[in-house]
Amino acid sequence: MAKVTIDGHSIEVADGTTILQAARMIGGDIVPPTMCYYSKLKTSGGYCRTCIVKVTKGSEKDPRPMPKPVASCRTTVMDGMEVVNITSPEVLEARRGVVEFLLINHPLDCPICDQAGECHLQDLGYEHGLAKTRYDFPRRTFNTIDLGPYIKMHMTRCIMCFRCVKTADQITDYRVHGMLNRGDASEISTYIQKAIDNDFSGNIIDVCPVGALTDRTFRFKSRVWFTKPMDAHRNCTKCSGKVALWLKGNDVLRVTGRKDKWGEVEEFICNECRFEKKNVSDWIIEGPRHIDRHSVISANHYESLAQLKLDIGKQQKALSTKK
Amino acid sequence: MGKKLLIHNDNVPNIHTLQVYREHGGYASVEKALKSMTPNDVVEEVKKSGLRGRGGAGFPTGMKWSFLAKPEGVPRYLVCNADESEPGTFKDRYLMEKVPHALVEGMITSSYALGANTAYIYIRGEYFYVSRILEKAIEEAYAAGYLGKNILGTNYSLDLYVQVGGGAYICGEETALLESLEGKRGNPRIKPPFPAIAGLYGCPTVVNNVETIAAVCPIVMMGGDEYAKIGVGRSTGTKLISASGHINKPGVYEIELGLPVEEFIYSDEYCGGIINGRKLKAVIAGGSSVPILPAELILKNDKGEPRLMTYESLSEGGFATGTMLGSGGFMVYDETTSIVKNLYTLARFYHHESCGQCSPCREGTGWMEKVLHRIVEGHGKPGDIDLLWDIQKKIEGNTICPLGDAAAWPVASAIRHFRHEFEEYINNPGKIKDVKHYYSTQSA
Repeated sequence: MAKVTIDGHSIEVADGTTILQAARMIGGDIVPPTMCYYSKLKTSGGYCRTCIVKVTKGSEKDPRPMPKPVASCRTTVMDGMEVVNITSPEVLEARRGVVEFLLINHPLDCPICDQAGECHLQDLGYEHGLAKTRYDFPRRTFNTIDLGPYIKMHMTRCIMCFRCVKTADQITDYRVHGMLNRGDASEISTYIQKAIDNDFSGNIIDVCPVGALTDRTFRFKSRVWFTKPMDAHRNCTKCSGKVALWLKGNDVLRVTGRKDKWGEVEEFICNECRFEKKNVSDWIIEGPRHIDRHSVISANHYESLAQLKLDIGKQQKALSTKK
Repeated sequence: MGKKLLIHNDNVPNIHTLQVYREHGGYASVEKALKSMTPNDVVEEVKKSGLRGRGGAGFPTGMKWSFLAKPEGVPRYLVCNADESEPGTFKDRYLMEKVPHALVEGMITSSYALGANTAYIYIRGEYFYVSRILEKAIEEAYAAGYLGKNILGTNYSLDLYVQVGGGAYICGEETALLESLEGKRGNPRIKPPFPAIAGLYGCPTVVNNVETIAAVCPIVMMGGDEYAKIGVGRSTGTKLISASGHINKPGVYEIELGLPVEEFIYSDEYCGGIINGRKLKAVIAGGSSVPILPAELILKNDKGEPRLMTYESLSEGGFATGTMLGSGGFMVYDETTSIVKNLYTLARFYHHESCGQCSPCREGTGWMEKVLHRIVEGHGKPGDIDLLWDIQKKIEGNTICPLGDAAAWPVASAIRHFRHEFEEYINNPGKIKDVKHYYSTQSA
């Protein structure tokens, strides 16, 4: 066990826990934002640098502070470690810098982007970005690519988090896409426009924090905040079949994995569930999905209604037990 | 005349052949180490010598070696970093080209000290012809029994390979080098784990610069204590300096650490003064990544004491008034140089060589290059200097590997010491159209 203090909050965690995981256990404002880290994918994280924190005390044994800011998602805690995140102006300044770097070549085409409303870069920009850009050069552009029948690639929006690369490595049988070129000319692409074609390829859409990889069966159908997420399941031979359906009226507009409050899917789902079962009759609907994230979707009115009902139920139960 | 340990016989005809090299005392350190010393003895000698990494960071080599994890049943590797890509540095090429056996000998002795049975020399793609020279030398060493099974009749075996890289600057970073050596894309790894725990193929690995490894031979021969007597303070031994720029005698010089910078620039034994008798303007003392210093700060530090060619003396005063010894790429600029243009060239280099993994370096290097290009072309805006300063500050320290720092430091130091030149560029764009003419008339 190791005791770690983040912004004055102490917690005892198992050895080998990262600073970020410890911060998530504490919860609240002190959790560093992440763009490339994905707890379900091994070796993810460390690239985007948004989660950088300052270690002011290395450990009980070696109390020297770490000389540079560290990526909290890849740095494991030591007993007695002290970390500052939101209480350090330097860290916040550095993070603002990282957000600015992520945005200078981003097209900011949110009005026509399918990811808008559930985009991590939008959230990050709101929280840490500048209102005005200081970058007055033409932005980097790429052509959009169809990665097979289901996935569309907008490289201009990509922030190089490598999540889709790790997903292809770890979830699917083989990987046909990766990083080409280097520096700010680098791009994620397939080998000579090869299609990404395997049963779990659709998961790269779920892990993409921005709108670089979008679902071709959902493109331009609706803004996400006009659709209503429902938990649903079906008997699937390939995956657990537990999904989130995004409904508009009685139409299933899209199917995704169930995402937790960090935007990470609970279980990866197969392409059959994701792309081919687009009728309500294909699914057993469990009920409205709670989106535990500060976003426009969680402000859906029907959900607060459901919450209300739940509360009434609780009160009734409490009353009945009192008697 | 300073003592020379590494390139003392570089002008002997046919020194690149094993026979001539051995006639001049070569491979003695292998015989001494393997026959009369234990691996730990060698490590102890290196520790005593105070040898510091010659690749740029200056980390004590003996300490690095003692960090190497030694789990049972797992192979250990020694990798020589011959990916000398730092602009202004060409000392390793000279050493490998002239005296290839010095490196091979150092590799054998060092591998023995570390208990490695396989060693690699990772050389940059542009040095392809040097790799042929090294391969020839290794072939000779195998034939003479210095490499292979049971070297010199002892039960120590070593295989040495040369691997040619693709010529990327980033592959000089040790973990990117290991990735490249494994056959992957040369992207730096996220540390920890450090290579001493999990390096090449996940096994404990030591990565050392060519010059560091070559310096192990004289240390074994003369003993660590004797070696430590050369130099000043914690900067011991000799160092190869690649001198270039506006000097009368550019080239590779072996100096004893502790030589005054002024003597190095002006003495006939070394650089021989500034070309055409012009005035010294600035010096980049250790390869393009280290901060540039104006003449008054490179010859004397802020306290007025003369600066010496040592790790400590050059970094005296921190980055505000100091620099670093780095890899020893000593670039001298005379009064006709435009610092802004020079900086633009460097910024273009770092932009081109950024690997693209982490955001600050990927986006920041490109941004800095674009802003500098605008200034150089005469379209600079009044806020550009502050913008550049802010960008470099946000890159420095926030990246996975030191390339971000390397891109940020030259920009920071050029603005710190030569801000007036940037202002000149921005305020009088018409005047600087013919930069060469402008600067030569300014100084006249």
